[in-house]
Amino acid sequence: MYQFSGKLKTFSLALILVGLVGIGYGFYSAPKTVEEAKEVIAQQASHGDSHATSHEEVSVDGHKEESHGENHASVDADHSDAHAEHVLHQLKNKPWSAIYVALFFFLGTTLLVLAFYAIQRVAQAGWSILLFRVMEAITANLVPTSIVMVIIVASAVMHWNHMFPWMAEGVFDPTSPNYDPIVDGKSWWINVPGWAIRSIAYLAIWNAYRWFIRKNSIKEDTANDGGKTYKLSYNASVGFIFLFMITETMMSWDWIMGLDPHWFSTLFGWYVLSSLLVSALTVIALVTIYLRSKGALPGVNDSHIHDLAKYMFGFSIFWTYLWFSQFMLIWYADIPEETTYFAMRFNEYNFPFLAMVVMNFVFPVLLLLNSDFKSVPWFIVIGGVAILFGHYIDIFVMVMPGTVGAQWAFGIPEISAILFFLGVFIYATFSSFAKAGSVPIGNPFLEESKHYHYYNIEHRGEGSGDHH
Amino acid sequence: MESSKVIHAFYNDDEVLMDAVKAVKAEHLHIEEVFCPFPVHGLDKAMGLAPTRLAITAFFYGITGLSFAIWMTNYMMIQDWPQDIGGKPNFSWWANMPAFVPIMFELTVFFAAHLMVITFYMRSRLWPFKDAENPDPRTTDDHFLMEIPVDNNEAKIIALLTNTGAVEINVVDKH
Repeated sequence: MYQFSGKLKTFSLALILVGLVGIGYGFYSAPKTVEEAKEVIAQQASHGDSHATSHEEVSVDGHKEESHGENHASVDADHSDAHAEHVLHQLKNKPWSAIYVALFFFLGTTLLVLAFYAIQRVAQAGWSILLFRVMEAITANLVPTSIVMVIIVASAVMHWNHMFPWMAEGVFDPTSPNYDPIVDGKSWWINVPGWAIRSIAYLAIWNAYRWFIRKNSIKEDTANDGGKTYKLSYNASVGFIFLFMITETMMSWDWIMGLDPHWFSTLFGWYVLSSLLVSALTVIALVTIYLRSKGALPGVNDSHIHDLAKYMFGFSIFWTYLWFSQFMLIWYADIPEETTYFAMRFNEYNFPFLAMVVMNFVFPVLLLLNSDFKSVPWFIVIGGVAILFGHYIDIFVMVMPGTVGAQWAFGIPEISAILFFLGVFIYATFSSFAKAGSVPIGNPFLEESKHYHYYNIEHRGEGSGDHH
Repeated sequence: MESSKVIHAFYNDDEVLMDAVKAVKAEHLHIEEVFCPFPVHGLDKAMGLAPTRLAITAFFYGITGLSFAIWMTNYMMIQDWPQDIGGKPNFSWWANMPAFVPIMFELTVFFAAHLMVITFYMRSRLWPFKDAENPDPRTTDDHFLMEIPVDNNEAKIIALLTNTGAVEINVVDKH
């Protein structure tokens, strides 16, 4: 049985604490009045920031402040006030968005670990049984991240933040200056009660399956009932995958695409899925490598690592395929109502937008193409860190343009949010891993997993007798 | 081989064959060839064969295909006749790059796949009118054959192979 070391516990708690302080600082330093926002604008102008030329794109980008664009030519003073107010909203959104990006990244990654685990059960995979407890432990992070998500959902409903432009006052009201007929046409789907209920429903479904499957998996160890418990887990996983595919797609509309309510894309749900899936596989690989190096995973050999690396490699390419399909279709047809989405990202987020393609595609392909490299732990760690950071940027570029627009930065609030959720992740994962045996001894495929061997690689530190 | 004599040992089970190969290797005898009706996992490792480099060649063929696609799209669409086709930007190759990605991808795969297959045919000496090389037609159906060259040690090899469960042992002249 694994022991959650005091050192690691202290480390995770320190991360949480540092993260909390930084998040607090983010909220404290955000401007509260239009005057403060004007100061920020003046500062940016004196620094020669390109912002002045870019705010028009921001306005077209699905924000409710479209009216600014219309009257700015006529009344200059009005425009500067309206502009300052617009920037104020974006700056106020910054600390919220910083939390939201990190939260979505960790919540989604954890969720996809759960989905991958359900797939392993339904596919009756023979290789991954020894990794079941690792995956289960990682999914423990679903509980705290879901709680934070509920808080974020509640704060959006209470209008404490302005991340979702369609939630602003008067958007659905024809008599209001804020009225937005395009968004109003979608109000049958994006309305506050429906959005809140759906959000809670997604989280409830995911957490219910996680709670059940973890309990049942531990029960399998001692059940000895002719596979009854195992079959129940199987059936629950089939049901979960069905519900997961529906909730995941709708979740990506509600939580991410809703940030740009003027824009839509049909493959968006898959795109978010692929980004989170490759992160999930990387997280499984990294936690497995760590636990194996601590001697906590008897039986896990280089072939298991090799398989995880193959998944990381394959799904990195899958992500690129979807990313490019979405981008190229919109770039090619160049319909203005769709193109603004990428015009914004190219103009204001050029570096992260292109850097993430290198980190999520070029780097993993070159690093993990060679079969021998896929079982070398430090290679996977280097590739894995690049993949994880690349997909954080991916979420960042999905969220930030809609919430903070050109006012984005990667500073204390963003880093603190990452550290906070990383600390939560480490604490939840390893304390959960310590609560059950590290080998699921009741699983009928366990022997197969123990003798899993991919023919093409030489195992290090194992005799040739292990091979056959 | 000076002696021009070889021993053909027949087996009718791949597990038995694997053990026989290991036994022969343990005696430091040279195995000229093993004929099987289907791939036997681990046989190459047991025989001590060097790993294939076919994947490495495929990687370089793929890079060749990618380079060819980039050169072709750049020459045709940007250098030779930069027409305005539906407003696509053709001022530079990068400006129109997304439109070229599908052909870049396909040519990379095309070159990697076909050139690797041709390499495989050449290295394994396979072509349409080639004379078949199997020493016994049963090796394509249900028998495994191990061929060991004889070097004044015929009796010793036969004794060893008899113990490994061979169903038939023949000493034949190699032409």
